[in-house]
Amino acid sequence: MIRFEQVGKRYPNGREAIAGVSFDVRAGEMVFLTGRSGAGKSTILRLIALLERPTRGQVTVNGKDTAKLPARQVPAFRRQLGMVFQDHMLLPERSVYDNVALPLVVAHVPMRDIDKRVRAALDQVGLLDRIAALPPELSVGEQQRVGIARAIIARPPLLIADEPTGNLDPQLSRDVMQLFRRFSEAGVAVVVATHDQRLVEESGLREIHIASGRIA
Amino acid sequence: MSAWLGRHLQALLFAAGRLARAPFGTAFTVLVIAIALTLPAALSLLVSGVRAASGNFASAVDVTVYFKRGTTLDAVKQHATELKDQVGIAQVKLITADEGLEQFRQGSGFGEALGALPDNPLPHVLVVQPTPDSRSADDITALKARLSDWPDAEIIQVDTDWIQRLNALLDLARRILAGTAVLLGAGVVAVISNTVRLEILNRRAEIEITKLVGGSNAFVRRPFLYMGALYGALGAALASLLVLVGCFLLAGPVSTLAQSYGSEFRIATPSLGQLGLLLAAGAGLGWLGAFVSAARHLARIEPRV
Ligand SMILES: Nc1ncnc2c1ncn2[C@@H]1O[C@H](COP(=O)(O)OP(=O)(O)O)[C@@H](O)[C@H]1O
Ligand SMILES: [Mg+2]
Repeated sequence: MIRFEQVGKRYPNGREAIAGVSFDVRAGEMVFLTGRSGAGKSTILRLIALLERPTRGQVTVNGKDTAKLPARQVPAFRRQLGMVFQDHMLLPERSVYDNVALPLVVAHVPMRDIDKRVRAALDQVGLLDRIAALPPELSVGEQQRVGIARAIIARPPLLIADEPTGNLDPQLSRDVMQLFRRFSEAGVAVVVATHDQRLVEESGLREIHIASGRIA
Repeated sequence: MSAWLGRHLQALLFAAGRLARAPFGTAFTVLVIAIALTLPAALSLLVSGVRAASGNFASAVDVTVYFKRGTTLDAVKQHATELKDQVGIAQVKLITADEGLEQFRQGSGFGEALGALPDNPLPHVLVVQPTPDSRSADDITALKARLSDWPDAEIIQVDTDWIQRLNALLDLARRILAGTAVLLGAGVVAVISNTVRLEILNRRAEIEITKLVGGSNAFVRRPFLYMGALYGALGAALASLLVLVGCFLLAGPVSTLAQSYGSEFRIATPSLGQLGLLLAAGAGLGWLGAFVSAARHLARIEPRV
C-alpha cells in the first residue's frame, strides 16, 4: 500500500526534514508514526499525500511512484486517499452535509448516491443528527469526527491522519482510535502520526518511531 | 450527459449565489461592464442605420448612357440586347425619349410649358446596372470605356463620387467601431478578471480544501468561469436595456431632424439577433476574463497542511 525506500526530503529553504527513511504499510494494517515535534512525521504524511515530493529515494503509494506522477493525475491520486488533520480543515460556512459530501462531489458521484453515502458516513461516526449543522456549532470532538467522515466517504484504500487527537481529551481520543481500527479491520491501511505515546501503547499496534528525520 | 449538465448547472447556480450575496458590489461591476458594452453597441447601430439610409448601392452605381439625338429606338434596343448578354451586367433598363418626357412632365410641374415645345428635346437613355461583383472602381471605369466606344453614345455618366465618399466614411466609422470595441472589450476582460481574482483570493481556504480532497483544477475553476460569464452576461443585458432606452428616446427627434434634411435616416432599433449577439459577447468576454484570472491564480493555490 505504502512503501518508502531511502526517502529524503529537503525543503526549498535547505532544511532537511527526513533522510534515509524506509518502511512499508500493508493493506488493512494500522501503524503509528511517533516522534517529538519537529521529528518529521508531518513531512512523511505530506509525501504520502503528494503535498510534497521526495528529494531522494522513492515513495510508492497505491502502486504509484509519486515522484513520476504527472501533476494532472494528482487529483485522482488524492481521491484514493483519506486525510484527517489536527485542525479538521472543515469549511466553516458549509453544512456538515456539504463538508462530508465534498470528496464525492469533486469525484462527480451522482447526487442520489452522495445523499446515501453522506448519511452512511455520518452514521459511522455517530453524527447523523448534526447533518445540517455548521462546523462552528459543533464541539471539537464532533468537528474531528466530521473530518473523519469526510476522509472515509470516498472509501479510500488508505487513510492518513496527522495528530488527529491533538485537540481531544483522552476519552474522545480513544473513540477516534476505535474508529480508525474499525476501518483498518475493513481493509483500509491507516497511518496515524501522533506524539501521544500513551495512545500508542494502549493500542498495542505497530509503531514507526522518528527522531530527527530518521527511523529510530 | 445529464451528470455533466448537472455539474455545470450546479456551478452556475453556485456562481449566481455568490453574485447575489454581494448585491452592491455585483451591481457596481455590472454597471461598469454595461457602460463599456453600450458604447460599441450604440456605434454599431449608428453605422448600420447610416448604411440603411444610404440605400441599396446596387442601384446607386448605375451607369447611364445618353444617346445622340436622332439615334433610332431600334439601334438603342440593339445595344441593350447586346449588353444584357455580357458578363458583369445585372440589368439594362431602357428609358425612351417619350417616357423620359412623360416622367419629367409629371415630376417637374412644368407640364403646360412642355406641351408648348415643338418636339421632344430628350434623348433615349440606357441605365446599366453592373452585377454586385463588378462594381469596383476599376470595373466601372472599364465599363465606361466600353460604352464610350459606341459611336451613337453622347454622354456616359457615372455618379460614383458620393458613394465612394460615403463608403470611405462608413469604412472609417467601422474601423473606429472595431477599435472601440476591442479597447472596451479588453476593458471588460480586465474588470472581470480583477473581480474574479479577488473572489479567488477570498475563497483561498475553500480552494485548498477542495484540492486536498481531490478536486481537479477544472473542478475548482468551473464556478469562477461561470461567475465571469454571468458578470459579462448581466452587463450585456443592462447594456441592451440602455441601448433600447436610448433608441426609444432618440428615435423621434432624430428622424424629425433627418427628414428636415430630406434624409431617410432612422435610428435602427436593435434586432433580437443583435441583442443575442451582445449577450453572447458579454458572456464570452466575462468567461475569458475569469479564465485569465483562474489560469494565473488558481494553479498557484496548493493545499498547505
Ligand atoms: N514547509 C517547510 N519548509 C521548511 N521546513 C519545513 C517545512 N515543513 C517542515 N519543515 C521542517 O522540517 C522538520 C520536520 O517537520 P515536520 O515534518 O512538520 O515534523 P513533525 O510533524 O514531526 O512535527 C522541522 O524541523 C520543520 O521545521
Ligand atoms: Mg506535525
